[in-house]
Amino acid sequence: MQNKTLPQLDDLYKEIILEHYRNPHGREPLSKVNYQAEGMNPLCGDEVKLTLQLDSENDKKIEKVHIEGHGCSISVASGSMLADILKGKTIAEAKEISKYLKEIMHDKINDTEIDIGDLEALCGVKKFPVRIKCALLPWTTFEEALLGHEHVEIS
Amino acid sequence: MFDINKIRKDFPILERKITDGNKLIYFDNAATSQKPKVVIDSLVKYYENYNANIHRGVHKMAEEATCAYEEVRQKVKSFIGARNEDEVIFTRNTTESLNLLAYSLGELFVNEGDEILLSEMEHHSNIIPWYILRSRKKIKVKFIPITDNYELDYKSLEQLVTKKTKIISLTHKSNVLGTVNNIKKIAQIAKANGAVFIVDAAQSAPHLSVDFQDLGCDFLVFSSHKMCGPTGVGVLVGRREYLEKMPPFLGGGEMIRKVTFEDFTTNDLPWKFEAGTPNIADVIAFGVAIDYLQNIGLENIYKYECELTEYALDKLKQFDFLKIYGAKDCNKRAGIITFSNPVVHPHDIATIVDQYGIAIRAGHHCAQPLMKKLNVSATARASFYFYNTKEEIDLFVYALKKAFDYFAIGACNELIKGKINAKQNATTTR
Repeated sequence: MQNKTLPQLDDLYKEIILEHYRNPHGREPLSKVNYQAEGMNPLCGDEVKLTLQLDSENDKKIEKVHIEGHGCSISVASGSMLADILKGKTIAEAKEISKYLKEIMHDKINDTEIDIGDLEALCGVKKFPVRIKCALLPWTTFEEALLGHEHVEIS
Repeated sequence: MFDINKIRKDFPILERKITDGNKLIYFDNAATSQKPKVVIDSLVKYYENYNANIHRGVHKMAEEATCAYEEVRQKVKSFIGARNEDEVIFTRNTTESLNLLAYSLGELFVNEGDEILLSEMEHHSNIIPWYILRSRKKIKVKFIPITDNYELDYKSLEQLVTKKTKIISLTHKSNVLGTVNNIKKIAQIAKANGAVFIVDAAQSAPHLSVDFQDLGCDFLVFSSHKMCGPTGVGVLVGRREYLEKMPPFLGGGEMIRKVTFEDFTTNDLPWKFEAGTPNIADVIAFGVAIDYLQNIGLENIYKYECELTEYALDKLKQFDFLKIYGAKDCNKRAGIITFSNPVVHPHDIATIVDQYGIAIRAGHHCAQPLMKKLNVSATARASFYFYNTKEEIDLFVYALKKAFDYFAIGACNELIKGKINAKQNATTTR
């Protein structure tokens, strides 16, 4: 008889992830576009369209993030969390968060301590190696947008 | 006699536990099949007893290996109903067989302005080689549409075939929809229009009785690994009329007769298309797989898989928000159930059922154009083989229900919630 409990799954699909998936943030339109990129994972068909609006007085600060597309719960929740956490951050701070998250996912030792809020919940993805790229798709798309690459394929 | 319990004992991997206490339930057979112990043993036996290069050696083992390798050609010939052994060519896989054909037939008689006809339900391996040919020869690649019932649109097919159509290359059975195409009928249309007709039997040869001569096509390609054999062996069956005229695909040892400082002449069929040391061990083990399948009987396999498919489709009815892609009639679709739903992404479904030890496929199944046609970015696919059981399907349905429950709880998105609740009355909390 197959085992009917799923302890591992609760690590992956934390309630907060499901919340973000059901009601993703960052869907409001922006008044201007400073950076944009479309990320796609050709292996699974997940797509993310990300646009950044910078503060008009200080164009080093992210005023708003718009994110749309389609994908699995992990990639959609990750994008939704990205929109939340990057709002109000400087570009340097945002890059730092992205780097930090990637290092956590790939189990690299990281001495810095950054408050990543809801993103903490995403760390359960580590136990499901094939799903890490789902979680990182919006973040890679964000990094590529800053580099001026408008189309990104991740596999 | 089809004895499922006895059959299951032939496959050591079916004893494997995937997660705590959960035995493997393998529903990814359209990707590759599992191997019975006799096939695995054959590989060991070859390497332990008569590992030698074939055709050129004069020593005892070279002779044994050559005999064993060439015997498989004979087996494939009768398995697939080819006319002659020298019309059976071993490749690396179906993809290589199709690339060989696109290259070599392309060189032989495809010219600027000509047309190649494919269908909307093709695997990438039957699209890309033709795109590559297109970039060399400035030809057109056209696609026969599929109907709302996920079948080939035969009316459009007849309109799309013209005097410019040099090659028609179609799948026998779709790896996404499970649809089995009417090859005999298309062969007549191809013949009437003077087009060469290639059939991709990668998904059909393992599951139903396929007879090259009866189908009436010019070429037929398939892979060992989807039919209980090892990876790394593909087959190309064709007509000598073409094979003799076709230029070689790969050059090297084995495919030549004479080489000088100026030039070379090619070997006879089939070796003209088998350059280099072939996959000897795996070809020999493939022969064992063919024996194994023929022992069970392709008719029995097909019948049993239809039974499983029908059973699964019936069980899946309880999730009436599921969109299932494929013909309603079980005789027109075999062993493959591809589906999507409005809430849970195929990747999430695959991860959740994997926790129960159930292997299914999620994604575009190497058929991105078809996904676009179906207007989905990804789907989930369960594909059966003769060693699967109804009990396994029951567990799969149970795991699916868990997946849907997982995502439906406390849904704040009213739209999604409405879609689910209206149709799924028995959703429980986890």
